[in-house]
Amino acid sequence: MRAFSLLAKIKKGRYVVTDPKHVSHKANSTPRFLRELLRLWRDASFRPLIMQGTVVLIIVMLAIWVISNTMHNLEHRGISTGFDFLSQEAGFGIIQSLVEYDESHSYGRTFVVGMLNTLLVSGLGIFFATILGFLVGIARLSSNWLLARLASVFIETFRNIPLLLQILFWYFSVLAALPHPRQSYALWDSIFLNLRGLFLHKPIIEQGLLPVMVSVLVAIGLTLLFRLKNRMRRLDTGKPIPGASLWMTALLLGIPAVVWGLSGATLTLDTPVLKGFNFRGGIAIIPELGALLLALTIYTAAFIAEVVRAGIESVQKGQKEAAASLGLKPGKVLSLVVIPQAMRVIIPPLTNQYLNLAKNSSLATAIGYPDLVSVFAGTTLNQTGQAVEVIAMTMAVYLTISLTVSLLMNTYNKRMALIER
Amino acid sequence: MACQSTASDSNNNYIKGANLMDELLDRSAIKDSIKKDEQAEVDIQHESGIDQSTLIEISGLNKWYGQFHVLRDINLNVSKGEKIVICGPSGSGKSTLIRCINCLEEHQEGSIVVDGTRLTNDLKNIETIRREVGMVFQQFNLFPHLTILENCTLAPIWVRKQSRKDAEKVAMEYLERVRIPDQANKYPGQLSGGQQQRVAIARSLCMNPEVMLFDEPTSALDPEMIKEVLDVMIELAQEGMTMLCVTHEMGFARTVADRVIFMDEGQIIEQAPPEAFFSNPRSDRTRKFLGQVLNH
Repeated sequence: MRAFSLLAKIKKGRYVVTDPKHVSHKANSTPRFLRELLRLWRDASFRPLIMQGTVVLIIVMLAIWVISNTMHNLEHRGISTGFDFLSQEAGFGIIQSLVEYDESHSYGRTFVVGMLNTLLVSGLGIFFATILGFLVGIARLSSNWLLARLASVFIETFRNIPLLLQILFWYFSVLAALPHPRQSYALWDSIFLNLRGLFLHKPIIEQGLLPVMVSVLVAIGLTLLFRLKNRMRRLDTGKPIPGASLWMTALLLGIPAVVWGLSGATLTLDTPVLKGFNFRGGIAIIPELGALLLALTIYTAAFIAEVVRAGIESVQKGQKEAAASLGLKPGKVLSLVVIPQAMRVIIPPLTNQYLNLAKNSSLATAIGYPDLVSVFAGTTLNQTGQAVEVIAMTMAVYLTISLTVSLLMNTYNKRMALIER
Repeated sequence: MACQSTASDSNNNYIKGANLMDELLDRSAIKDSIKKDEQAEVDIQHESGIDQSTLIEISGLNKWYGQFHVLRDINLNVSKGEKIVICGPSGSGKSTLIRCINCLEEHQEGSIVVDGTRLTNDLKNIETIRREVGMVFQQFNLFPHLTILENCTLAPIWVRKQSRKDAEKVAMEYLERVRIPDQANKYPGQLSGGQQQRVAIARSLCMNPEVMLFDEPTSALDPEMIKEVLDVMIELAQEGMTMLCVTHEMGFARTVADRVIFMDEGQIIEQAPPEAFFSNPRSDRTRKFLGQVLNH
C-alpha cells in the first residue's frame, strides 16, 4: 500500500525534481556552455524570445525566397511587371456596371467596376440574409408547430446543398424558366420581369435639381428635430404630441413637394420599352445578379438562422419568465429582453457568416455575373497575363472588405458586451 | 377591480402605500420589541385586521408533467393582505403551485381566479393577472444588459405606459426602500447576490402589484446576505402586502406568516397559523419535516 502511493508520487513528478542526487549527477556530466544554454532555454522569459525570433527569421527568409524567385522567373520568361497595364484600354464589355463603362475604358476601370459589383452583391446579400436569417431563426423556436417545422426544413435543405449548386439551380432552373421579353410578367405596365431580368422605371430630374435636393435635406433635418422634441415631451409628460407621425410625414413630404412645385423642376421617368428582343431604358436588374443574390441570401440565411437560434437559446429561461411575470407581451419579451442578450452570442459567428458571404460572392464567375473575380481576376488577367499584380490586387480587395466588416462587427460587439464588476 | 385600474389609480395606491410605509418605519422600534415576545407578535397580527375579501381563489387544481402528477386537488383561498408561507420537501410542488398563479406553468384541471380575473387560455386574462402579480425568483433573474434603474422602469414604461420620468421617480423611491438607491446606474453583474435580490423585489413593486409571489428568494444567497433580503420582505409584509412565499426560512415564517402551508407529493398536507404549526403539527409527515428542518 505504501509502495503504491510512493509510486503514484513519483509518477506525478514530485520526486523526480526534488531528488538532489539525480540532478547533481546530470549537471556534472554536461559541459559548462551547454549547461548555460540549457539554463537559458529553461528561462521562462527567455524561451519565448528564442521561439519568436526563430519564427520571424523563417518567415522573412521565405518571403525573400518567394519574391526573388518570382522576379527571376518573370524576367526569364519576358513577362512585364508593374501596374502600367491598368491604364491600357480594356476592349471588352461588361453587362452590369454601377459607373460609366464601355470597351474603350481602361483595365483600371474594369477593376473598379468589378469591385463595385462585388460590393453591391455582398452588401445586398448581407442585408437580406440578416433579415431572412433572423426571421427563420426565431420561427424555428416558435411554439407554432407548423412554423417551427417549416423553418427546420428550410435550414436543413439550404445549408446542406453546396452553394455553387444552388447558384446554378437559381440561374438555370428557376430564372431561366421565366418568359421571353415579349411575354413579360408586367405589373401596372411599368415593372417587367422576364428572362432578361427585372426592368424598373428610372427617375431623371433635369431642372432645378439643387433646390429640391437641398429641401429634401432640410425636411429630413426638421423631421428629426420634431422627433427629438416629441421624445422629450413623452419623457416629460408621458404623452406624445397628438398626431406626431402625421406631422412628421407632412414635414418630410410637404417641404420638398412645395419647393419642387415653386422651382418648376421637371421629373421625367426613363421607362423601359420593348425594342426588338429586349427592353431598353429604365433600370435593369440582370438575372445573373438575381440568381447570385437569391443563392447567397438563402444559403447564408440558413446559417444565420442557426446562429440566431443558438443565441436565443443561450439566454436563460429565467430571463423570459421574469419578463413575462412583469406583464410584458411575448413580442416585447423577445425584443427588449431576449434579443439584446442573445446578440452577445450571435455577433461573433454572425461576423463569420458576413465574411463568408462576401467571399462566396466570388462564385459569381460560374454564371457570368461580372464581379471582381470574374472581370478582373478572369478576363483582365487573361488579356494582360499579369497574374501576380492582378491576383494580389484582387486578394487585397477581399482582405479589405473582410477586415472592414470584422472591425465594424467587433466595435458593435464591444458596445453590446455586458458590464460585470 | 384592480384589473381595470388605470395608471392614475395605481399612483394613488402607491401614495397610500408610501404613507403607510412611513408610519411603519416610525414603528420600527416597536418591531424589535415584538420580536422578543412571540405572543405579543401573534396578537398584533390578529389585530392587523386581514381584509376578508378573497384575492386568490384556487380550487380543484391538478397538474401533470407527462405521467407525473405534480399537483393534486389543491384548494387554496388567499385573502387580501394575508401572508402565506409554503414549505415542504423538495419536489413537493410548492414552486409549481405558485408558478401556476401567474401562469408560468399551465395547469390541466381546476380553476385559478386572481383578483376577479379567471386564469384561462385567454392571453388578455393572463396579461391582466401578470400585471397584478409580482414575482421574485430564486435566481433573481435581473436583466443583465440593463442598469438597475432600467430593470425597474422597463415594465412600468412598456406595460403601464408610464412616462420614463414618472417611472424613474417611482423606481428610485422603491430602490430607496430596499436601501440601494446609490446602485441605480450600475449593472446587475456589479452587485452582490443580496443586493440583486433586493433590486428584484423593487422591480416587482414598481408594477404596484396586488400580490407578491416569492419562489425561494433566499436559497441562492450567501448566509450573510439572507438577512438583508428577509428584512426587506418583513417590512413589505408589515405594510400589508399580500404575499405567498415558498421558503425554508422558518424564522421568517414565525415572524410574518398568517398561515403556514405544508406540502408533500403535490398535496397540501396541513395548514395552520405559525404558532400552531410549529408547536403542534398534526400530521406525521409535517412532524418529520419540521424535525429535519429545525434540528439541522
